[in-house]
Amino acid sequence: MDESKMYLCRCENVTLADLHKILDAGVTSMEEVKRYTRCTKGPCQGRTCKELIAKEMARYLHVPIESIDIPKDRAPIKPIPMGEIAKGDQ
Amino acid sequence: MLFSDLVVIGGGPAGMSAALAAAGHGIKVTLLERMESLGGQLVKQTHRFFGSESEYAGTRGIRIADILREKVESNRLIDCRRGSTALGIYEDGVVTFEEGTQYKKVNMDRLVVATGASEKMLVFEGNDLPGVYGAGAVQTLMNLYGVLPGRKVLMVGAGNIGLIVTYQLLQAGVRVAAIVDAADHIGGYLVHASKVRRCGVPVLLGTTIRAALGTTEVEGAVIQKLDSHFHPIPGTEQRLDVDTVCLSVGLSPLTELLRLAGCKMRYIPALGGFVPVHNSYMQTSRSDIFVAGDASCVEEASSAMMEGAIAGLSAAISLHVPSAGILEQRERRIRELAALRAGDVGAKIRNGLAVMAD
Repeated sequence: MDESKMYLCRCENVTLADLHKILDAGVTSMEEVKRYTRCTKGPCQGRTCKELIAKEMARYLHVPIESIDIPKDRAPIKPIPMGEIAKGDQ
Repeated sequence: MLFSDLVVIGGGPAGMSAALAAAGHGIKVTLLERMESLGGQLVKQTHRFFGSESEYAGTRGIRIADILREKVESNRLIDCRRGSTALGIYEDGVVTFEEGTQYKKVNMDRLVVATGASEKMLVFEGNDLPGVYGAGAVQTLMNLYGVLPGRKVLMVGAGNIGLIVTYQLLQAGVRVAAIVDAADHIGGYLVHASKVRRCGVPVLLGTTIRAALGTTEVEGAVIQKLDSHFHPIPGTEQRLDVDTVCLSVGLSPLTELLRLAGCKMRYIPALGGFVPVHNSYMQTSRSDIFVAGDASCVEEASSAMMEGAIAGLSAAISLHVPSAGILEQRERRIRELAALRAGDVGAKIRNGLAVMAD
Protein backbone atom coordinates (compact mmCIF):
# COMPACT_ATOMS: atom_id res chain seq x y z
CA MET A 1 0.00 0.00 0.00
CA ASP A 2 1.59 3.24 -1.16
CA GLU A 3 0.53 6.04 1.19
CA SER A 4 2.14 8.63 -1.07
CA LYS A 5 -0.54 7.88 -3.66
CA MET A 6 -3.42 8.19 -1.19
CA TYR A 7 -4.72 11.75 -1.29
CA LEU A 8 -6.40 13.46 1.65
CA CYS A 9 -6.49 16.97 0.15
CA ARG A 10 -6.67 16.96 -3.64
CA CYS A 11 -6.58 20.74 -4.00
CA GLU A 12 -3.19 21.06 -2.31
CA ASN A 13 -1.82 17.55 -3.04
CA VAL A 14 -1.58 16.40 0.57
CA THR A 15 -1.22 12.63 0.91
CA LEU A 16 -1.58 10.21 3.79
CA ALA A 17 2.25 9.88 3.78
CA ASP A 18 2.61 13.69 4.12
CA LEU A 19 0.23 13.78 7.08
CA HIS A 20 1.88 10.83 8.87
CA LYS A 21 5.31 12.44 8.43
CA ILE A 22 4.07 15.63 10.11
CA LEU A 23 2.33 13.75 12.92
CA ASP A 24 5.42 11.57 13.46
CA ALA A 25 7.41 14.80 13.92
CA GLY A 26 5.22 15.59 16.92
CA VAL A 27 2.54 17.86 15.51
CA THR A 28 -0.87 17.33 17.15
CA SER A 29 -2.76 20.39 15.92
CA MET A 30 -4.70 20.55 12.65
CA GLU A 31 -4.08 24.31 12.50
CA GLU A 32 -0.37 23.46 12.32
CA VAL A 33 -0.95 20.75 9.73
CA LYS A 34 -2.76 23.41 7.71
CA ARG A 35 0.20 25.78 7.96
CA TYR A 36 2.67 23.08 6.89
CA THR A 37 0.64 21.72 3.98
CA ARG A 38 -1.99 24.36 2.99
CA CYS A 39 -4.62 21.61 3.37
CA THR A 40 -8.20 23.01 3.40
CA LYS A 41 -6.96 26.20 1.69
CA GLY A 42 -7.60 25.24 -1.94
CA PRO A 43 -10.57 25.88 -4.22
CA CYS A 44 -12.86 23.51 -2.27
CA GLN A 45 -12.02 25.32 1.00
CA GLY A 46 -11.80 22.05 2.91
CA ARG A 47 -15.27 20.78 2.00
CA THR A 48 -13.80 17.46 0.86
CA CYS A 49 -10.72 17.04 3.04
CA LYS A 50 -11.46 18.69 6.37
CA GLU A 51 -13.28 15.75 7.91
CA LEU A 52 -10.98 13.17 6.27
CA ILE A 53 -7.90 14.79 7.80
CA ALA A 54 -9.51 15.29 11.21
CA LYS A 55 -10.62 11.64 11.21
CA GLU A 56 -7.17 10.37 10.26
CA MET A 57 -5.49 12.58 12.88
CA ALA A 58 -7.87 11.27 15.56
CA ARG A 59 -7.20 7.67 14.50
CA TYR A 60 -3.42 8.10 14.27
CA LEU A 61 -3.08 10.06 17.53
CA HIS A 62 -5.63 7.90 19.42
CA VAL A 63 -7.80 10.88 20.43
CA PRO A 64 -11.52 11.60 19.91
CA ILE A 65 -12.29 13.53 16.71
CA GLU A 66 -14.02 16.30 18.71
CA SER A 67 -10.65 17.15 20.26
CA ILE A 68 -9.08 17.92 16.87
CA ASP A 69 -8.86 21.69 16.26
CA ILE A 70 -10.55 21.80 12.87
CA PRO A 71 -9.63 25.12 11.23
CA LYS A 72 -12.19 27.87 11.80
CA ASP A 73 -14.59 28.85 9.03
CA ARG A 74 -14.44 32.50 8.13
CA ALA A 75 -16.41 34.81 5.85
CA PRO A 76 -16.38 34.90 2.90
CA ILE A 77 -16.85 31.11 2.80
CA LYS A 78 -15.92 30.99 -0.88
CA PRO A 79 -13.16 32.92 -2.61
CA ILE A 80 -14.41 36.06 -4.36
CA PRO A 81 -12.48 38.85 -6.12
CA MET A 82 -11.40 41.69 -3.79
CA GLY A 83 -12.77 44.13 -6.36
CA GLU A 84 -16.32 42.95 -5.69
CA ILE A 85 -16.08 43.94 -2.05
CA ALA A 86 -14.22 47.16 -2.83
CA LYS A 87 -16.99 48.15 -5.27
CA GLY A 88 -19.42 48.06 -2.34
CA ASP A 89 -23.10 47.25 -2.08
CA GLN A 90 -25.11 49.38 -4.48
CA MET B 1 -28.73 46.70 1.63
CA LEU B 2 -31.88 44.59 1.39
CA PHE B 3 -34.21 43.95 4.32
CA SER B 4 -36.09 40.74 4.93
CA ASP B 5 -37.99 39.13 7.82
CA LEU B 6 -36.55 35.80 6.87
CA VAL B 7 -33.59 34.81 4.74
CA VAL B 8 -33.46 31.23 3.48
CA ILE B 9 -30.10 30.00 2.22
CA GLY B 10 -30.45 27.18 -0.28
CA GLY B 11 -33.16 26.57 -2.90
CA GLY B 12 -33.35 22.80 -2.70
CA PRO B 13 -36.30 20.80 -1.31
CA ALA B 14 -35.67 21.98 2.27
CA GLY B 15 -35.12 25.65 1.46
CA MET B 16 -38.07 25.91 -0.94
CA SER B 17 -40.34 24.23 1.63
CA ALA B 18 -39.13 26.62 4.35
CA ALA B 19 -39.77 29.68 2.17
CA LEU B 20 -43.25 28.47 1.21
CA ALA B 21 -44.21 27.60 4.80
CA ALA B 22 -43.18 31.02 6.13
CA ALA B 23 -44.65 32.96 3.20
CA GLY B 24 -47.89 31.06 3.76
CA HIS B 25 -48.20 33.01 7.01
CA GLY B 26 -47.43 36.42 5.54
CA ILE B 27 -43.68 36.47 6.16
CA LYS B 28 -41.47 38.28 3.63
CA VAL B 29 -38.77 35.85 2.54
CA THR B 30 -35.50 36.29 0.65
CA LEU B 31 -34.36 33.00 -0.84
CA LEU B 32 -30.71 32.73 -1.89
CA GLU B 33 -29.83 29.97 -4.35
CA ARG B 34 -26.29 29.44 -5.60
CA MET B 35 -27.29 27.84 -8.91
CA GLU B 36 -29.13 29.53 -11.76
CA SER B 37 -32.26 27.49 -11.08
CA LEU B 38 -34.04 26.21 -8.00
CA GLY B 39 -34.33 22.53 -7.14
CA GLY B 40 -31.10 21.48 -5.44
CA GLN B 41 -30.36 17.80 -5.82
CA LEU B 42 -33.93 17.07 -6.95
CA VAL B 43 -33.07 18.23 -10.47
CA LYS B 44 -31.07 15.05 -11.15
CA GLN B 45 -33.25 12.55 -9.33
CA THR B 46 -35.03 10.81 -12.15
CA HIS B 47 -36.40 8.03 -9.93
CA ARG B 48 -39.76 7.89 -8.18
CA PHE B 49 -39.87 8.75 -4.49
CA PHE B 50 -40.97 6.55 -1.61
CA GLY B 51 -42.13 7.88 1.70
CA SER B 52 -45.18 9.89 2.47
CA GLU B 53 -47.94 10.77 0.01
CA SER B 54 -48.01 14.34 1.35
CA GLU B 55 -44.39 14.59 0.23
CA TYR B 56 -45.00 13.38 -3.31
CA ALA B 57 -44.34 9.63 -2.95
CA GLY B 58 -44.62 8.01 -6.37
CA THR B 59 -43.51 11.21 -8.11
CA ARG B 60 -40.09 11.53 -9.73
CA GLY B 61 -37.62 13.89 -8.05
CA ILE B 62 -37.29 16.12 -11.10
CA ARG B 63 -41.08 16.61 -11.17
CA ILE B 64 -41.15 17.46 -7.44
CA ALA B 65 -38.54 20.15 -8.17
CA ASP B 66 -40.85 21.59 -10.86
CA ILE B 67 -43.86 21.64 -8.52
CA LEU B 68 -42.01 23.40 -5.70
CA ARG B 69 -40.21 25.79 -8.07
CA GLU B 70 -43.48 26.91 -9.61
CA LYS B 71 -45.00 27.58 -6.17
CA VAL B 72 -41.95 29.52 -4.99
CA GLU B 73 -41.55 31.60 -8.13
CA SER B 74 -45.22 32.58 -8.24
CA ASN B 75 -45.30 33.59 -4.56
CA ARG B 76 -45.11 37.39 -4.30
CA LEU B 77 -43.81 37.29 -0.72
CA ILE B 78 -40.72 35.34 -1.79
CA ASP B 79 -37.85 37.31 -3.32
CA CYS B 80 -36.20 34.49 -5.15
CA ARG B 81 -32.53 35.28 -5.93
CA ARG B 82 -30.87 32.73 -8.18
CA GLY B 83 -27.15 32.71 -8.89
CA SER B 84 -26.68 34.08 -5.37
CA THR B 85 -24.15 32.46 -3.05
CA ALA B 86 -24.23 33.29 0.65
CA LEU B 87 -20.77 34.27 1.89
CA GLY B 88 -21.09 35.19 5.55
CA ILE B 89 -23.35 35.80 8.53
CA TYR B 90 -22.60 38.67 10.92
CA GLU B 91 -23.55 39.46 14.53
CA ASP B 92 -25.89 42.30 13.52
CA GLY B 93 -28.09 40.07 11.36
CA VAL B 94 -26.44 40.89 8.06
CA VAL B 95 -26.00 38.09 5.53
CA THR B 96 -23.56 38.81 2.70
CA PHE B 97 -23.84 37.14 -0.68
CA GLU B 98 -22.36 37.20 -4.15
CA GLU B 99 -24.88 37.70 -6.92
CA GLY B 100 -23.33 37.40 -10.36
CA THR B 101 -20.23 39.55 -9.87
CA GLN B 102 -21.77 41.77 -7.21
CA TYR B 103 -21.21 41.68 -3.47
CA LYS B 104 -24.52 42.29 -1.69
CA LYS B 105 -25.98 42.37 1.80
CA VAL B 106 -29.34 41.51 3.27
CA ASN B 107 -30.46 42.33 6.78
CA MET B 108 -32.57 39.60 8.33
CA ASP B 109 -34.48 38.90 11.53
CA ARG B 110 -34.51 35.14 11.11
CA LEU B 111 -32.44 32.76 9.03
CA VAL B 112 -33.03 29.24 7.71
CA VAL B 113 -29.86 27.48 6.56
CA ALA B 114 -30.69 24.76 4.03
CA THR B 115 -27.34 24.43 2.29
CA GLY B 116 -27.45 20.66 1.78
CA ALA B 117 -24.44 18.38 1.92
CA SER B 118 -21.24 17.54 0.09
CA GLU B 119 -20.02 14.10 -0.93
CA LYS B 120 -17.62 12.23 1.30
CA MET B 121 -14.30 11.17 -0.18
CA LEU B 122 -12.50 7.91 0.48
CA VAL B 123 -8.75 7.42 0.98
CA PHE B 124 -7.23 4.74 -1.25
CA GLU B 125 -4.30 4.45 -3.62
CA GLY B 126 -4.86 6.47 -6.80
CA ASN B 127 -7.92 8.27 -5.41
CA ASP B 128 -6.94 11.47 -7.24
CA LEU B 129 -6.94 9.89 -10.72
CA PRO B 130 -9.32 11.28 -13.33
CA GLY B 131 -12.13 8.73 -13.47
CA VAL B 132 -12.72 8.71 -9.71
CA TYR B 133 -16.08 10.40 -9.20
CA GLY B 134 -18.58 11.04 -6.45
CA ALA B 135 -21.97 9.47 -7.18
CA GLY B 136 -23.58 12.90 -7.13
CA ALA B 137 -21.19 14.09 -9.82
CA VAL B 138 -22.03 11.04 -11.94
CA GLN B 139 -25.73 11.81 -11.56
CA THR B 140 -25.14 15.43 -12.58
CA LEU B 141 -23.14 14.40 -15.64
CA MET B 142 -25.65 11.80 -16.83
CA ASN B 143 -29.04 13.10 -15.77
CA LEU B 144 -28.46 16.83 -16.13
CA TYR B 145 -25.93 17.13 -18.94
CA GLY B 146 -26.38 13.82 -20.78
CA VAL B 147 -22.69 12.94 -20.53
CA LEU B 148 -21.51 9.39 -19.78
CA PRO B 149 -18.88 9.27 -17.02
CA GLY B 150 -17.24 6.13 -18.45
CA ARG B 151 -17.87 2.66 -19.91
CA LYS B 152 -17.21 0.28 -17.03
CA VAL B 153 -17.80 1.37 -13.47
CA LEU B 154 -16.95 0.11 -10.00
CA MET B 155 -19.51 1.45 -7.52
CA VAL B 156 -18.26 1.88 -3.96
CA GLY B 157 -21.11 1.94 -1.43
CA ALA B 158 -24.37 0.00 -1.33
CA GLY B 159 -26.55 2.68 0.23
CA ASN B 160 -29.56 4.10 -1.61
CA ILE B 161 -27.51 6.55 -3.66
CA GLY B 162 -25.07 3.83 -4.76
CA LEU B 163 -27.89 1.48 -5.71
CA ILE B 164 -29.97 4.10 -7.52
CA VAL B 165 -27.01 5.56 -9.43
CA THR B 166 -25.98 2.01 -10.41
CA TYR B 167 -29.40 1.48 -11.92
CA GLN B 168 -29.23 4.82 -13.71
CA LEU B 169 -25.79 3.88 -15.09
CA LEU B 170 -27.28 0.62 -16.43
CA GLN B 171 -30.16 2.58 -17.97
CA ALA B 172 -27.59 4.78 -19.72
CA GLY B 173 -25.88 1.69 -21.15
CA VAL B 174 -22.86 1.75 -18.84
CA ARG B 175 -21.54 -1.55 -17.48
CA VAL B 176 -21.26 -1.77 -13.70
CA ALA B 177 -18.68 -4.42 -12.76
CA ALA B 178 -19.70 -4.61 -9.12
CA ILE B 179 -20.96 -2.72 -6.10
CA VAL B 180 -18.68 -3.09 -3.08
CA ASP B 181 -19.45 -2.07 0.49
CA ALA B 182 -17.28 -2.45 3.60
CA ALA B 183 -20.36 -3.18 5.73
CA ASP B 184 -21.75 -6.69 6.11
CA HIS B 185 -25.22 -5.60 5.00
CA ILE B 186 -26.82 -3.52 2.27
CA GLY B 187 -27.46 0.00 3.56
CA GLY B 188 -30.10 0.98 1.02
CA TYR B 189 -33.64 -0.26 0.42
CA LEU B 190 -33.66 -3.93 -0.59
CA VAL B 191 -36.07 -3.17 -3.46
CA HIS B 192 -33.31 -1.08 -5.08
CA ALA B 193 -30.68 -3.76 -4.38
CA SER B 194 -32.85 -6.51 -5.89
CA LYS B 195 -33.38 -4.42 -8.99
CA VAL B 196 -29.65 -4.07 -9.75
CA ARG B 197 -28.92 -7.68 -8.77
CA ARG B 198 -31.55 -8.88 -11.24
CA CYS B 199 -29.63 -6.94 -13.89
CA GLY B 200 -26.57 -9.03 -13.05
CA VAL B 201 -24.60 -6.56 -10.93
CA PRO B 202 -22.99 -8.34 -7.96
CA VAL B 203 -23.20 -6.62 -4.57
CA LEU B 204 -20.01 -7.61 -2.73
CA LEU B 205 -20.33 -6.98 1.02
CA GLY B 206 -17.41 -6.88 3.46
CA THR B 207 -15.35 -5.65 0.51
CA THR B 208 -13.62 -2.37 -0.19
CA ILE B 209 -11.61 -0.63 -2.89
CA ARG B 210 -7.85 -0.81 -2.31
CA ALA B 211 -6.56 1.04 -5.34
CA ALA B 212 -7.50 2.77 -8.54
CA LEU B 213 -4.93 1.74 -11.16
CA GLY B 214 -3.50 3.83 -13.97
CA THR B 215 -1.08 6.69 -14.50
CA THR B 216 -3.10 9.43 -16.17
CA GLU B 217 -6.61 8.03 -15.71
CA VAL B 218 -8.37 5.06 -14.15
CA GLU B 219 -7.48 1.87 -16.01
CA GLY B 220 -8.61 -0.62 -13.40
CA ALA B 221 -9.34 -1.10 -9.73
CA VAL B 222 -8.30 -3.49 -6.99
CA ILE B 223 -10.89 -4.62 -4.47
CA GLN B 224 -10.24 -6.65 -1.33
CA LYS B 225 -12.26 -8.49 1.30
CA LEU B 226 -12.35 -7.21 4.89
CA ASP B 227 -12.58 -9.15 8.15
CA SER B 228 -15.15 -8.30 10.82
CA HIS B 229 -12.82 -5.57 12.17
CA PHE B 230 -12.61 -3.97 8.70
CA HIS B 231 -9.01 -5.13 8.25
CA PRO B 232 -8.10 -6.28 4.73
CA ILE B 233 -7.71 -10.06 4.37
CA PRO B 234 -4.39 -10.81 2.62
CA GLY B 235 -4.63 -12.79 -0.60
CA THR B 236 -8.20 -11.69 -1.38
CA GLU B 237 -7.22 -8.86 -3.72
CA GLN B 238 -9.08 -8.92 -7.02
CA ARG B 239 -8.42 -6.78 -10.07
CA LEU B 240 -11.41 -5.36 -11.93
CA ASP B 241 -11.31 -4.09 -15.49
CA VAL B 242 -13.00 -0.68 -15.09
CA ASP B 243 -12.37 2.87 -16.30
CA THR B 244 -14.44 4.64 -13.64
CA VAL B 245 -14.69 4.44 -9.87
CA CYS B 246 -17.86 5.92 -8.43
CA LEU B 247 -17.85 6.75 -4.72
CA SER B 248 -21.11 6.67 -2.85
CA VAL B 249 -19.83 6.61 0.70
CA GLY B 250 -22.06 9.15 2.33
CA LEU B 251 -22.55 12.88 2.58
CA SER B 252 -21.33 15.56 4.98
CA PRO B 253 -23.64 18.43 5.98
CA LEU B 254 -22.48 21.78 4.55
CA THR B 255 -22.22 23.74 7.76
CA GLU B 256 -19.52 26.40 7.36
CA LEU B 257 -22.10 29.22 7.55
CA LEU B 258 -23.54 27.74 10.75
CA ARG B 259 -20.07 27.31 12.21
CA LEU B 260 -19.04 30.87 11.56
CA ALA B 261 -22.37 32.08 12.98
CA GLY B 262 -21.35 30.33 16.19
CA CYS B 263 -23.97 27.56 16.15
CA LYS B 264 -23.05 24.65 18.39
CA MET B 265 -21.84 21.58 16.45
CA ARG B 266 -21.53 17.92 17.40
CA TYR B 267 -19.90 14.93 15.77
CA ILE B 268 -22.63 12.31 15.27
CA PRO B 269 -21.65 9.80 12.54
CA ALA B 270 -25.23 8.47 12.24
CA LEU B 271 -26.33 11.94 11.09
CA GLY B 272 -23.47 12.46 8.63
CA GLY B 273 -20.57 13.65 10.83
CA PHE B 274 -20.37 17.20 12.19
CA VAL B 275 -23.95 18.45 12.52
CA PRO B 276 -25.50 21.60 14.00
CA VAL B 277 -27.25 20.89 17.30
CA HIS B 278 -30.96 21.61 16.83
CA ASN B 279 -34.30 20.86 18.50
CA SER B 280 -37.50 19.40 17.02
CA TYR B 281 -38.46 22.93 15.84
CA MET B 282 -35.24 22.88 13.74
CA GLN B 283 -33.86 25.73 15.86
CA THR B 284 -30.07 25.80 16.37
CA SER B 285 -28.22 26.97 19.49
CA ARG B 286 -28.67 30.50 18.07
CA SER B 287 -32.34 31.32 18.59
CA ASP B 288 -32.60 33.32 15.32
CA ILE B 289 -31.07 30.60 13.13
CA PHE B 290 -32.91 27.51 11.94
CA VAL B 291 -31.68 24.61 9.86
CA ALA B 292 -33.31 22.12 7.49
CA GLY B 293 -32.52 19.30 5.10
CA ASP B 294 -29.15 17.62 4.71
CA ALA B 295 -27.41 20.57 6.37
CA SER B 296 -29.12 19.55 9.62
CA CYS B 297 -28.62 15.80 9.24
CA VAL B 298 -28.06 13.73 6.13
CA GLU B 299 -31.29 11.94 5.23
CA GLU B 300 -33.41 12.24 2.08
CA ALA B 301 -35.54 14.70 0.14
CA SER B 302 -38.86 13.70 1.75
CA SER B 303 -37.60 14.46 5.24
CA ALA B 304 -35.81 17.56 3.95
CA MET B 305 -39.14 18.98 2.72
CA MET B 306 -40.78 18.28 6.10
CA GLU B 307 -37.86 19.78 8.01
CA GLY B 308 -37.97 22.78 5.72
CA ALA B 309 -41.66 23.34 6.46
CA ILE B 310 -41.03 22.98 10.21
CA ALA B 311 -38.08 25.42 10.06
CA GLY B 312 -40.09 27.96 8.04
CA LEU B 313 -43.06 27.73 10.41
CA SER B 314 -40.78 27.98 13.46
CA ALA B 315 -39.11 31.09 12.06
CA ALA B 316 -42.56 32.61 11.46
CA ILE B 317 -43.74 31.70 14.97
CA SER B 318 -40.62 33.20 16.54
CA LEU B 319 -41.33 36.48 14.70
CA HIS B 320 -44.56 36.69 16.75
CA VAL B 321 -46.70 37.25 13.71
CA PRO B 322 -50.23 36.20 14.73
CA SER B 323 -51.45 33.63 12.26
CA ALA B 324 -54.31 31.21 12.75
CA GLY B 325 -53.48 27.55 13.12
CA ILE B 326 -49.73 27.94 12.72
CA LEU B 327 -48.81 26.06 15.93
CA GLU B 328 -51.13 23.18 15.02
CA GLN B 329 -49.68 23.12 11.52
CA ARG B 330 -46.16 22.80 12.90
CA GLU B 331 -47.20 20.04 15.32
CA ARG B 332 -48.74 18.14 12.40
CA ARG B 333 -45.53 18.41 10.37
CA ILE B 334 -43.45 17.22 13.35
CA ARG B 335 -45.75 14.19 13.71
CA GLU B 336 -45.48 13.44 9.98
CA LEU B 337 -41.70 13.60 10.14
CA ALA B 338 -41.65 11.21 13.11
CA ALA B 339 -43.92 8.83 11.18
CA LEU B 340 -41.57 8.92 8.19
CA ARG B 341 -38.68 7.90 10.46
CA ALA B 342 -40.67 5.26 12.33
CA GLY B 343 -39.51 2.22 10.34
CA ASP B 344 -36.30 0.17 10.43
CA VAL B 345 -34.63 2.47 7.90
CA GLY B 346 -35.23 5.46 10.18
CA ALA B 347 -33.61 3.79 13.21
CA LYS B 348 -30.17 5.24 12.45
CA ILE B 349 -31.54 8.80 12.28
CA ARG B 350 -33.67 8.28 15.40
CA ASN B 351 -30.61 7.08 17.33
CA GLY B 352 -28.50 9.96 16.05
CA LEU B 353 -31.12 12.53 17.04
CA ALA B 354 -31.37 10.90 20.48
CA VAL B 355 -27.61 11.40 20.90
CA MET B 356 -28.02 15.05 19.87
CA ALA B 357 -30.81 15.59 22.42
CA ASP B 358 -28.54 14.31 25.25
